Amino acid sequence: MKGPALTKDTGGGTGLDAHLLLDRGSFTLDVALGVRPGEVLALLGPNGAGKTTALRALAGLAPLTGGHLRLDGETLEDPALRRRTPPEARPVGVIFQDYLLFPHLTALENVAFGPRCQGMSRAAARALAAGLLDRMGLADQAGAKPRRLSGGQAQRVALARALATGPRLLLLDEPLAALDARARLDVRAELRRHLAAFEAVAILVTHDPLDAMVLADRLVVIEDGRRVQEGTPAEIARRPRTDYVARLVGLNLYQGEAAGHTVRLAPGLALTTTEAVDGPAFVAFPPSAVTLHRDRPDSSARNAWPAAVTGMESHGDQIRVALTAAGLPLTADLTPVSVAELLLAPGAEVWASVKAAQTHAYPA
Amino acid sequence: MTDHSPAAAGPRDTPGSRTRPGTRSRTRSRSRVPVALVLPALAGLAFLLLPLVALLIRAPWRSLPDQLTSAAVWQALRLSLQTATLATAASLLFGVPLAWLLARTDFPGRRLVRALVTLPLVLPPVVGGVALLLALGRNGVVGRWLDSAFGVTLPFTTSGVVVAETFVAMPFLVITVEGTLRAADARYEEAAATLGASRFTAFRRVTLPMIAPGVAAGAVLAWARALGEFGATITFAGSFPGRTQTMPLAVYLALQDDPAAAVALSLVLLAVSLAVLAGLRERWTGAL
Repeated sequence: MKGPALTKDTGGGTGLDAHLLLDRGSFTLDVALGVRPGEVLALLGPNGAGKTTALRALAGLAPLTGGHLRLDGETLEDPALRRRTPPEARPVGVIFQDYLLFPHLTALENVAFGPRCQGMSRAAARALAAGLLDRMGLADQAGAKPRRLSGGQAQRVALARALATGPRLLLLDEPLAALDARARLDVRAELRRHLAAFEAVAILVTHDPLDAMVLADRLVVIEDGRRVQEGTPAEIARRPRTDYVARLVGLNLYQGEAAGHTVRLAPGLALTTTEAVDGPAFVAFPPSAVTLHRDRPDSSARNAWPAAVTGMESHGDQIRVALTAAGLPLTADLTPVSVAELLLAPGAEVWASVKAAQTHAYPA
Repeated sequence: MTDHSPAAAGPRDTPGSRTRPGTRSRTRSRSRVPVALVLPALAGLAFLLLPLVALLIRAPWRSLPDQLTSAAVWQALRLSLQTATLATAASLLFGVPLAWLLARTDFPGRRLVRALVTLPLVLPPVVGGVALLLALGRNGVVGRWLDSAFGVTLPFTTSGVVVAETFVAMPFLVITVEGTLRAADARYEEAAATLGASRFTAFRRVTLPMIAPGVAAGAVLAWARALGEFGATITFAGSFPGRTQTMPLAVYLALQDDPAAAVALSLVLLAVSLAVLAGLRERWTGAL
């Protein structure tokens, strides 16, 4: 995707153009990525999907077995051409999941480490580091060893350390995973600000959809080493294409054969939708669109099926009820009062109905 | 909450707790220590301590001041301390990079090399001395060339003592440092690489400071081993007072004609060993 007119002033970079191919026998990563300068891309996927492997490949810590990696027009790696720039020579900054701040160095020395390695004088490197820490609001902590920093402070030092070398590709591995819930909120907002100000390519890896949606401009969903969906956070949230994504964004998702306003999901199970689609299609609707009844609703309700309760758990101030209808899983959000009135319990037989107006159908 | 609930086991087995899972509950449920283990254990302890006690009992305390102020004792002690320290320095210089190579790289025959490195640990030191003579002796494989090209002869010199001590002491350092390196998180080196550090810079500025306790522990082990070296030293360097006669050699020779002097010298070595152990154990040798 190329759009020079859309980008911020980026110093003439063209961004990242990568096809990451890593064959490890039992596991194969095969993901193509294109990211414009100034754009923040999130790699979202379950554990073991290959997100961290992709990040390591971009940083040069895991060699590609195929494909290519180009950054701002410069080829960093291309196995077919036998070209490979080692990690220390790549203009890449990495923020590791547990930060990996050097424990024997102070925050300032950690941040000055990269510029020193690039040949900057000791005084200049320390001045640069002090400036970066100041910008992160950490001037007071410059002399502190990492073990004395809080999780949020360590995260900012890691960010300052990664930015100190002036990278053209910034990689963040689960940047908020090591923080407790309270710190996450603050750090997420702060990180968003820093990422928005970063003018080169930024890629973050996360299994947390909220982090991905708040921090990234665009999401690439990876499952089993392959890209399964790509789009803006809004597109992904509205039109999930795999069960994993649907679960992440909290939607019921079905795949079927559409003809006009009817999507046939399984033998004897069809959904009426407001949108007209033809051919293979997805239907998605939120658990709140599902209502449950003890008896069969009146005949005017078109989307109604017998269902069996398989489990219940509290979900905010609602109860999320898991059901099976004609062999397909279905979740419904009910108020505790409704659950009590319906006498719901695992194994209970009920009728489930879905309001057509709250369904969303789109081509598969 | 009853005692049978899984949560009841929680506080005992938290990951951060110092006791290993199960250790405490096992000692609690079987509080009696079996006699079949205690008796051999006590016998072993007595066996280890008895010679040291005997040394203290039979020490010629009255003539000790005279013995210890003799020039010969100080000569031998100074030589021992100097050569052991030089051997430790040489072990550090070559052994730490060797340990890094074994722990951080993969090359064909790495396992064989590792086995060969540990060989001097089990090799009788006298055999080591003979082997050193064949390698570095005046007519040795390399020694002949050293002699003709540089005029360097190692056998029966103080340098030869250092060589012999390094040969037996370095494996201790290599094994200790290699173990520490394997236990250290290699991802810090990756972090350094992403910051532009070459592998050598990452080693020097990140790895080495982080494994310093292990290196210190290895150095102490190597130093102690070098200080007590006897077999390889007497075979390769002989026993010339002031030049190659280290403390262990002096002790052995004194035992032939002046047992009281031998005991006095032994006491000095014991004191030096204890001082090193006491001085370093708490601070540095946690990795041992």
